[in-house]
Amino acid sequence: MLKKLVTGTIDWVDARIPMTETWNKHLAQYPTPVNFNFWYFFGSLAMLVLVNQLLTGIWLTMHYNPSAEGAFASIEYIMRDVPYGWLLRYMHSTGASAFFVVIYLHMFRGLIYGSYQKPRELIWIFGMLIFLVLMAEAFMGYLLPWGQMSFWGAQVIISLFGAIPIIGDDLTLWIRGDYVISGATLNRFFALHVVALPLALVALVFLHIVALHEVGSNNPDGIEIKQKKGSASEEAKGKFTFHKHYSGKKDIIDAIPFHPYFTVKDIMGVAGFLIFFCAVIFFLPEGGGYFLEPPNFEPANSLKTPDHIAPVWYYTPYYAILRAIPDKLIGVVFFGGSIAILFLLPWLDRCKVKSIRYRSWIHKANITQFIICFIVLGVLGALAATPVRTIIAQIASVGYFGFFIALWVYSKNEKTKPLPTRLTFK
Amino acid sequence: MKKLMIALVALLPTLVFAAGGNVHLDKAEYDLTDKTSLQNGAKLFMNYCFACHSTGYQRYQRVATDLDIPAELMQDNLIFTDSKIGDLMNNSMDEKDAAKWFGNPPLDLTLEARLRGPDWIYTYLRSFYKDENRPFGVNNTVFKDVGMPHVLEELQGIPTAVFETTVVNGVEHKTIVGFESNENGEMSSDEYDAAVLDLVNFLVYAGEPNKLERQNLGFWVLGFLVILFILSYLLKKEYWRDVH
Amino acid sequence: MSNAPVNSGRRKFLTLTTAVVGGVGAAAVAVPFVKSWSPSEKAKAAGAPVAVDVSKIQPGQLIRVEWRGKPVWIVSRTQKIIDELASLSGQLRDPDSQEPQQPEYASNINRSLKEEIFVAVGLCTHLGCSPTYLPDSFGEQVEGIESGFFCPCHGSKFDMAGRVFQNVPAPLNLVVPPHHYVSDTQILIGLDKGDA
Repeated sequence: MLKKLVTGTIDWVDARIPMTETWNKHLAQYPTPVNFNFWYFFGSLAMLVLVNQLLTGIWLTMHYNPSAEGAFASIEYIMRDVPYGWLLRYMHSTGASAFFVVIYLHMFRGLIYGSYQKPRELIWIFGMLIFLVLMAEAFMGYLLPWGQMSFWGAQVIISLFGAIPIIGDDLTLWIRGDYVISGATLNRFFALHVVALPLALVALVFLHIVALHEVGSNNPDGIEIKQKKGSASEEAKGKFTFHKHYSGKKDIIDAIPFHPYFTVKDIMGVAGFLIFFCAVIFFLPEGGGYFLEPPNFEPANSLKTPDHIAPVWYYTPYYAILRAIPDKLIGVVFFGGSIAILFLLPWLDRCKVKSIRYRSWIHKANITQFIICFIVLGVLGALAATPVRTIIAQIASVGYFGFFIALWVYSKNEKTKPLPTRLTFK
Repeated sequence: MKKLMIALVALLPTLVFAAGGNVHLDKAEYDLTDKTSLQNGAKLFMNYCFACHSTGYQRYQRVATDLDIPAELMQDNLIFTDSKIGDLMNNSMDEKDAAKWFGNPPLDLTLEARLRGPDWIYTYLRSFYKDENRPFGVNNTVFKDVGMPHVLEELQGIPTAVFETTVVNGVEHKTIVGFESNENGEMSSDEYDAAVLDLVNFLVYAGEPNKLERQNLGFWVLGFLVILFILSYLLKKEYWRDVH
Repeated sequence: MSNAPVNSGRRKFLTLTTAVVGGVGAAAVAVPFVKSWSPSEKAKAAGAPVAVDVSKIQPGQLIRVEWRGKPVWIVSRTQKIIDELASLSGQLRDPDSQEPQQPEYASNINRSLKEEIFVAVGLCTHLGCSPTYLPDSFGEQVEGIESGFFCPCHGSKFDMAGRVFQNVPAPLNLVVPPHHYVSDTQILIGLDKGDA
């Protein structure tokens, strides 16, 4: 009886929208490479954090007061007077940092396994756009508590636009809507932070996944699981059936359906991630002064800069590049360039082999030095600059950009190892 | 604007820790579970600090509840303005007057412990010394040339600084190496330290009144998540038997 | 060649257990979201009990105080009005205050703690307008009764104990809020005696 009602309802819906079809095409019969490793958790975790940010964000706007007069007090109102407001706020503030942790690791995965290479260039581009919007989202969100760091951080970053020749000063004035950062700035940042940019983020995430499901996931071996029709053995094709959208034109090898195998695996990943995430929320919400910076416990004061201001940790690598260059305009150009060059990665890498597992020692060394430079820049960006640190930052900046240039040069005729014909487990 | 931006980016490094960032700070061993200490801290705060410094983001009611202070006792003994118990803890000082008297209006201290840290407050309140050149007759080793009188003078008296003169490259440097009590306070040195610690404890509480609740809840949440993780691991293993 | 699970007992058990534990977790996550909609400490402070001095109210006079944003009336009734209350029963919907529109201690004929002082929330039980106090012209509404309350919105009528007359839109008597006497002359509105 109940079963009849359920199947009846499903049939009714399926006759009107392709519910079961979508479920099968994208989950239950979606072919996923069998050899995904640890690095493949971070895509689903990014989704989890996005949902966390959207929900807690919506709930925070219910209590937050977006005005220069009331913003700071309303944060403390949320922290003290609203039942469980403190938890919602810490979930959101910790979530912001967690978002970047997860996204950086997700990008690192793409980097080492060549997930940006043909035919996945658009996935990478959409992903980079997500990263860019996320940085804007976090930057504007950081102004909302209206503390000293909010104010002076925004001051510095908005002033960067002043470096643009001719229109710079007018542009900064236009962005602020005032001669200093004021309530006008706060209100427009609020609108962008809670409405416009989240919409853009969700839309881009949708496109990111549409693009991914069209070409299919890469994997740690960097070889395609979609082979020429009729070329694969029954053994290679395995025991699972996949949606005809994928198996109709190609032979699918070494794949398993996303559901239930990767749903249960991702649930495990989520539970594991939440242990770390909640440990921070409940025991270290300030993140040692990196997630919530101490000067932000003082209301914004346009007449007094805090003794030490540094951007939030996830911006520090780019900030260190900016600071390492002793010329304002060139500094800003390289600052923007450090992000922009990432967009070009699919075309800078001319090697046909994707995964680091089968690429040359030069490539491994290049990626290693890039990661080291990135971390060094990140640390330096959070510290006050000294002459020695500036020199180190300059060297690391060269390493950062050098990665891309070197990649373009050596990848053309790179000496790679032979690729396996089947996916491997390592 | 360009100039401002250059100043910010280029001169940032030189601005670091202008207000005594490299002074040694004593560790404040506060204890948020010690209600007696918190109550004493609240009393000291209301009596000595509140005339100038509000804690305007917290409410009397909440403090009374969290610190086990009966509402009537709170209303009669700790509320000096005509505030009701549900009100925010703002003093009645006019900001313009305050700016005239002290140069800057005294800051709200609700979040002071999160802004500067408990150790800073603990050391600061124990580092006033006699200095006739200052408007209030005192100076402070943690906050040099502070525009605040030594409000706890009644309890501590005014210590005199002990200087040590060292000669570096032929230039004499006078550094303060300790304090000497003038024995004019109501409290002994140890009693005074304990009183300041209570005050710090209260300010730490005020900075984040939910701290204990947060940590208690955290243990439950983490415990739950460990169980969920173990279950989901077993579930994953069970399903993946199909694959391997 | 099928995606059908092996469906062992162990698999079923683990799926169910994880789903239940996960469901409990999801429900727990919902708690802060739901609870954050409850009145904040700020709202509670603004809605705190209100103390009113009743010694200055003249016989027949009505004063209004605000409690939780609502008008609360405090009326001093004359002996004549008090005597009249008992005789109105036949014309009222709920003369004996059977409906829970008042605390236990006000569920008497006067609907009050003290005979002469009547405390009520001044909002019509029909659609929430605030009725008009007619100290000496209520006779125009109900023949032979000098004073009462008349709602201008839809014509509901209440006597001097806030009891609703028959044949009007309002279904119930006016609400008597929790209150008690702190001293002979002071009422605390919003709190029953003994509740701190």
